[in-house]
Amino acid sequence: MAELTYRDAVAAGIAQEMARDERVVFLGEDIAAAGGVFKATVGLLDRFGPKRVRDTPISEQAILGAAMGAAMTGLRPIAEIMFSDFLAVCWDLVANEIAKTRYMTDGQISLPLVIRTANGAGSRFGAQHSQAVENWAMAIPGIKVVAPAFPADVKGLLAAAVRDPDPVLFFEQKSLYALKGEVPDGEHVEPLGKARVLRQGKDCTIVALALMVHRALDAAAILEREHGISCTVVDVRSLVPLDTRTILSEVVKTGRLVTVEENPRLCGWGAEVASIVADECFWDLDGPIVRITTPHQPLPSADQLEDNTIPSVERVVREIREKID
Amino acid sequence: MNTTVKRKKSSGPDDDIGRELRLELFRSQVELRLCEKRAYDLFLQNLIKGTSHLSLGQEAIAAGFGVAMRPDDWTFCTYRGHAHTLARGASMAGVLGELMGRECGLLGGKGGSMHLTDVTRGAMGSYAIIGAHLPVAAGAAWSAQYRGTEQVAVCFFGDGTTNIGAFHEALNLSVVWKLPVIFVCENNLYMEYTPIGSVTAVEHPAADRAGAYGLEKIVVDGNDADEVYRTALTYMERARKGGGPALIEAMTYRHSGHSRADPAKYRPDGELDKWLERDPLKIYRERLLGLGIVEATLKDIESETMRKVDEATELAKASSPPSLDSIARNVWADGGAAWRN
Repeated sequence: MAELTYRDAVAAGIAQEMARDERVVFLGEDIAAAGGVFKATVGLLDRFGPKRVRDTPISEQAILGAAMGAAMTGLRPIAEIMFSDFLAVCWDLVANEIAKTRYMTDGQISLPLVIRTANGAGSRFGAQHSQAVENWAMAIPGIKVVAPAFPADVKGLLAAAVRDPDPVLFFEQKSLYALKGEVPDGEHVEPLGKARVLRQGKDCTIVALALMVHRALDAAAILEREHGISCTVVDVRSLVPLDTRTILSEVVKTGRLVTVEENPRLCGWGAEVASIVADECFWDLDGPIVRITTPHQPLPSADQLEDNTIPSVERVVREIREKID
Repeated sequence: MNTTVKRKKSSGPDDDIGRELRLELFRSQVELRLCEKRAYDLFLQNLIKGTSHLSLGQEAIAAGFGVAMRPDDWTFCTYRGHAHTLARGASMAGVLGELMGRECGLLGGKGGSMHLTDVTRGAMGSYAIIGAHLPVAAGAAWSAQYRGTEQVAVCFFGDGTTNIGAFHEALNLSVVWKLPVIFVCENNLYMEYTPIGSVTAVEHPAADRAGAYGLEKIVVDGNDADEVYRTALTYMERARKGGGPALIEAMTYRHSGHSRADPAKYRPDGELDKWLERDPLKIYRERLLGLGIVEATLKDIESETMRKVDEATELAKASSPPSLDSIARNVWADGGAAWRN
């Protein structure tokens, strides 16, 4: 096991797949010579050359269109959209073209491609560079949606996304880039569509994604230590496909569900999870489902404001104490 | 650079195109015309639902490129894509069946008129959101360049597309990366219901923008299949050899409205009549007769093509509606639609 940062795990995952498969190419703004604005792709240009690692103009439609055209003709492109907020300027490619083409052509066209993007808050970038938009993607049939919380999963899930025959939108949480963690040596691939149980408790099941997984874990430690509330924590990892089997079985064990979501409240991913749990294990619940989300509003920039807008460890502790006790 | 290319060449029976290719260009245009007219008739009989965007009057562009392309080249087109799909050799029954929502349709009834695709023929899709397919065609060209296959991607679009961002993004990227992609603007003078000139800063919506990307200004007579064919061949061969993209503006006119819903009343009196005089089929028929090809040969092609259109119509009519099982088919590569376990 080597210790890697979340950012280094991105480059390690891409490098692993590029070394394995000549069809893997990588394109995006500032990703090659500059190594990425988050330095998550340093070294790839040197190792794989400018034919496979290509800087693009600031043209998000061209980036995703090029990835799509390359994917349908035999390559396996990885496209970077620098900030997930910018998906809005190329949403046609995501929502109308990439997600629907296999279906519309009744399977004639396959699009094995990955769109990597830096998602979420914590960097004081304000409302157009900090959004958590995983729920936008989840609303579109035909695209897989993955959001890792740990360096090992960055590498393993990114590798699986590259190998997947379907398009995958891969959300990297930008304030996790400096996080360190153990990453298995050698080839590492984690299957898509599997949630992971990180901690087992008796009183409540917290289901979280990306940055919120860490907040849920910290909150669970405090709840156990200071308040005697024992929590299971499930890292969803993949919203589509969604591992409802793991979520449902962990909710049944504790009788309570709490979702911790960075996306704004309306139609956040936790609403779908809550709906499934209410439909399928209502009689196993011991109390109302609790959703802890960013409020339904844009994100402010100043650190105090931002910290008090997205769910914090303190807020998770407080809400669980109020609603579960 | 930046000079309008006039490539009117004199025609002779043994010139660079020659008799056999000319007969193929004629046959292709006849097929596109008759099949499109049949689609219109089937609409009137309510056998085709939804919308449709006919290419009547624009056949020379699809035919000229279709004949010039290599079988492994790629076509990307818009929702006005029946002709371009047929011009690559897609089955007429598959096209008419798709318009009629039948099982024999190219897409099994899942796509409809605006999304005709036949990957086996290099028809890589019809895209119904203006501009979207220009960068996609660039991506296919990137793949050809990367793999060194000398394939070319040809991307057809209307004059209205030149005012959307994706047009400019795709052109810039294609030039910077020197991609083997040919962008073909079919300028039929109308952006849906609005004259293109009234909403565009330049006279030639595509060609006048070429210089901004370091490309030469190319305007061709899109109703002359010979001129289209020669232009297609020239720039596709250049692209195959690593010479990069081209942007071609082909002047043409659609004989019907923008879509099924549009009677095209916004056109000034006499405009359609003027363009009917320049009907690509009329032009080409007269040319072939002038080159000494006898009337009977052309009549044979026309009647044989009509027979094929009739046969395709009957095949499509006889085909069942798609099975309901297909609704949840092919969302994902595993063939299904499951998003959870």
